[in-house]
Amino acid sequence: MKYEIIVVGGGHAGCEAVLASANKGHKTLLVTGSKDTIAMMPCNPSIGGSAKGIVVREIDALGGWMGKVADKTLIQMKMLNSGKGPAVRSLRAQADKITYPREMLKLLENNKNIDIIEEIVEDIIVEKNKIKAVKLSTGKEIMCDALILTTGTYMKANILVGESRTVSGPNGTRPSLYLSDNLKKLGFKLLRLKTGTPPRIDRSTIDFSKTKREDGDNKLYTFSFDNDAYYTIEKQEPCYLTYTTQETHNIIKENLSKSSMYGGFHKNLGIGPRYCPSIEDKVVRFADKERHQLFLEPESLYYTDIYLQGFSTSMPYDVQEKMVHSLPGLENAKILKYAYAIEYDAIDSKELKPSLETKIIDGLFTAGQINGTSGYEEAAGQGLIAGINAALKLEGKDPLILKRDESYIGVLIDDLVTKGVKDPYRLLTSRAEYRLLLRHDNADLRLRKYGYEVGLINEDQYQKLVNKQTNIKNIIEELKSIKIKDKKNINAYDYLKRTEITMDDLKEKLSKKYGELELEQAEIMVKYEGYIKKTKKEAEKMRKLENKKIPKDIDYDKISNLASEARIKLKEIRPESFGQASRISGVNPSDISILSIYMKRYFND
Amino acid sequence: MNDTICAISTAIGIGAISIVRVSGSKSINIVNKIFDRDLNNKKSHTINYGHIIENNEIVDEVMITIMKAPKTFTREDIVEINCHGSIVNTNKILELLLNNGARLAEPGEFTKRAFLNGRIDLIEAESVMDMINSKTENARKLAINGIDGKISNLIKKIINRLIKVNANIEVNIDYPEYEDIEIITKKEIEELSKYINKELSKLLNESENGKIIKEGINTLILGKPNVGKSSILNKLLNEEKAIVTDIAGTTRDIIEGQIRVNGILLNIIDTAGIRKTNDKVEKIGVEKSLKLIESADLIILVFNNNELLTDEDLELLNKTKDKKRIIVVNKMDLKNKIDFKKFGCEKIVKISALHEIDELKNEISDIFKLNELNNKDFTYLSNSRQISLIKKAINVSKNLEQALKKEVPIDILEIDIKEICEILNEIIGESYDEKLIDTLFSNFCLGK
Repeated sequence: MKYEIIVVGGGHAGCEAVLASANKGHKTLLVTGSKDTIAMMPCNPSIGGSAKGIVVREIDALGGWMGKVADKTLIQMKMLNSGKGPAVRSLRAQADKITYPREMLKLLENNKNIDIIEEIVEDIIVEKNKIKAVKLSTGKEIMCDALILTTGTYMKANILVGESRTVSGPNGTRPSLYLSDNLKKLGFKLLRLKTGTPPRIDRSTIDFSKTKREDGDNKLYTFSFDNDAYYTIEKQEPCYLTYTTQETHNIIKENLSKSSMYGGFHKNLGIGPRYCPSIEDKVVRFADKERHQLFLEPESLYYTDIYLQGFSTSMPYDVQEKMVHSLPGLENAKILKYAYAIEYDAIDSKELKPSLETKIIDGLFTAGQINGTSGYEEAAGQGLIAGINAALKLEGKDPLILKRDESYIGVLIDDLVTKGVKDPYRLLTSRAEYRLLLRHDNADLRLRKYGYEVGLINEDQYQKLVNKQTNIKNIIEELKSIKIKDKKNINAYDYLKRTEITMDDLKEKLSKKYGELELEQAEIMVKYEGYIKKTKKEAEKMRKLENKKIPKDIDYDKISNLASEARIKLKEIRPESFGQASRISGVNPSDISILSIYMKRYFND
Repeated sequence: MNDTICAISTAIGIGAISIVRVSGSKSINIVNKIFDRDLNNKKSHTINYGHIIENNEIVDEVMITIMKAPKTFTREDIVEINCHGSIVNTNKILELLLNNGARLAEPGEFTKRAFLNGRIDLIEAESVMDMINSKTENARKLAINGIDGKISNLIKKIINRLIKVNANIEVNIDYPEYEDIEIITKKEIEELSKYINKELSKLLNESENGKIIKEGINTLILGKPNVGKSSILNKLLNEEKAIVTDIAGTTRDIIEGQIRVNGILLNIIDTAGIRKTNDKVEKIGVEKSLKLIESADLIILVFNNNELLTDEDLELLNKTKDKKRIIVVNKMDLKNKIDFKKFGCEKIVKISALHEIDELKNEISDIFKLNELNNKDFTYLSNSRQISLIKKAINVSKNLEQALKKEVPIDILEIDIKEICEILNEIIGESYDEKLIDTLFSNFCLGK
């Protein structure tokens, strides 16, 4: 049996990878432990959020599916940071944990290029450093031209609760026991990472009157550029807000020795995410804080679990009971699922090329948590790029590599391959140095052309984009020609730059009616022109360094005077350009200048 | 980079002892060839007595310091020969080294190696260069301070404050739903911008003083013919040691010579024949004299006590009225004809240059607050690259103030704050982004 592309793992990375490959016309196989876990959301019931919401839009712009499926199934929608500048706005949806995976599975099953089998992959077969096949736990081998590993938290997964450490994937699923060892044998460096999830509470046992209600926005939004909203404003599900109490903190402090993380029961614990500490971490590290915010989020319309965001823990069950009951509104709450921590093997992402192909094995790609990231959106973004690039490789074309000044996905992948991770990586707006260019509102203008070029965006979608671009240009040109009377005849373009003036004040003066999104885009481009220019200038500097390529066969041992840490890092990462080299931590400006001097000689000789 | 270099490290012909420094992988090997004892097995950081020899004849009796890599200034093997200080002797030793395989170092090459080998950062390298080039005690102090990292520390302090605010802004963006995290307000950014402006302006101001100390005060002695400009200059030259009488280089072409007055350096601007007894300011032409006035930090305007003020004098007074100047009335030993009232309430230094010019010297010290500078802690940026970067940062902070007035959203204002950070980091050569993320995580409590 042979497929062009095999994807191992049906999570958010796997789904995008398999769809990208199949939609580009390649016969693709998805190997998953169980169809029931395809596009499963084992942790928070939401898609999007700061920076992540922009990633969902980028996925949509490139021809991926996360945004479209989320639009169809979401139960609440919010525009975050709507009171701040346009650069940092981002959508966040409460997703339905039943309907989202169901819709995604439908997409896969209806695609004639996709086959799905329920198996566990335990090894990969490599010949002359080229991928040949996967080997299932049954011993069966399936051949492929390219392989994409999107194993999530499944490699050597352990569930931690108090003193216990059980071999298991999330929600009691079956982990892969040997795959990571076999990857290690092939030369991959492994990391042991950890993440956690909070308890789930029975909705009917919560006294919501003691909490604060948080509703969705009063405006309809969609992640996708191609469809209208499916939901109605009135029918959105609310979330609720509550806080930890002094009693909660006391319970945690008294029982700290029973926590998996603090108890000292376990050796060689994985490294947890800095941005997502457990509640015991928060109480210990921020001891002077009186209370911590907790969100109560519905998981689905089809069952009663409420997700207690902010309360992830590895305490034993009896302590969790006490902790939950100390929260306002949850005095009599019934815990349906206890919180747990999970540890898993990941590979060192510095061993990847910017295309997400591994440096060691030709034709092997990895995406998602296996690369040390965390989050559904981060996984999906990588899955899409891995799927596209695996397909492009089979087609004999150059890979799609997004730059830091054109997408968050580019920032994410560049960070992974250049800096690597120590703890699970989450995208933050602060990681994007050119974020004024990377807005949620212009993801299509930034990226749709690439989606079209690789064949995931069709002619209709592309024409829509071209029209939008033309209209935006026309609006701006027209504004320049409109004179504002009584205002010393300044033109509308300059007038719009004033704080108190918005496009709404001016749109009546335009010769024709334009779309709301086009007007918004033109307004942002005019109002923030100075800052956009400044950011573009910075980005230009980066591009110049990016274009200065480092020869693939460069021998760092021959360059005397490099600091030893810089030499080790450069040898390990083998950056493709000066730009990438300059972002490696431990490589200082003086090392870059030495490298530059060496290169001058190298090219002169 | 792989050559072994050598140079005379002390000023030629001044001291009783000179130091010839050799740096590079072959330095011990090369010095060994001209030394009468074996240095190969000497321990690092030792000083060794012996003789420099040529064809078995003793050239000089010396002490040789051996410092092996990496704990040296350049992180290479360094050998320093402490020899007797005469020019002939020192040059002879240098010549021997060159004949035995060392190459003459380019100006600043030791420092460049120290920088490239990661021994010092850019700001330190610049300071060392300044120290090498420093000609007065004040300038040396200034250079040493740069090495101590005093400037770096001050700038780091400013950067840290900026980063803290930015980290908070970032948290507000990345975790908008966390209501109990402090929200950065425009008022705080306004305060921040005032703080940056104040600190950087202070630094700039002090730095420009620092530049004066290091590079000297461009001084123009002006006056119509026969007021005694040349006697003032000659008196200054006689009483103070003229350091350089001819400086090459494009920007300094107009400098006639340098004089040290009470420890501060005066660059005397050549007014084309000022030393000739027959001074002819009129010959320079109005345009050139205007240009000269423009380029001067200090103008010594000389008048003759024995003559009435002419239109020409009044024109000079008028042309220099916006500059830092000292009005000197010379020839006080002659009969008074000049009308002192014409000078208004400006201070007049009355001298007789043939006898005594102390009053002028004191006035120069006063006008540049030399005493103050002498006693002060020096925290100056000491070269023009750094100064121009600070100016750039101040401009951005003015931008920030403007933007604050225009109600620009905070996350956009952050672009300006970040730019200031980047400029400041450029001065001390550190990277911004990782620091920001570290601050973000260590100061705020967030998560699922």
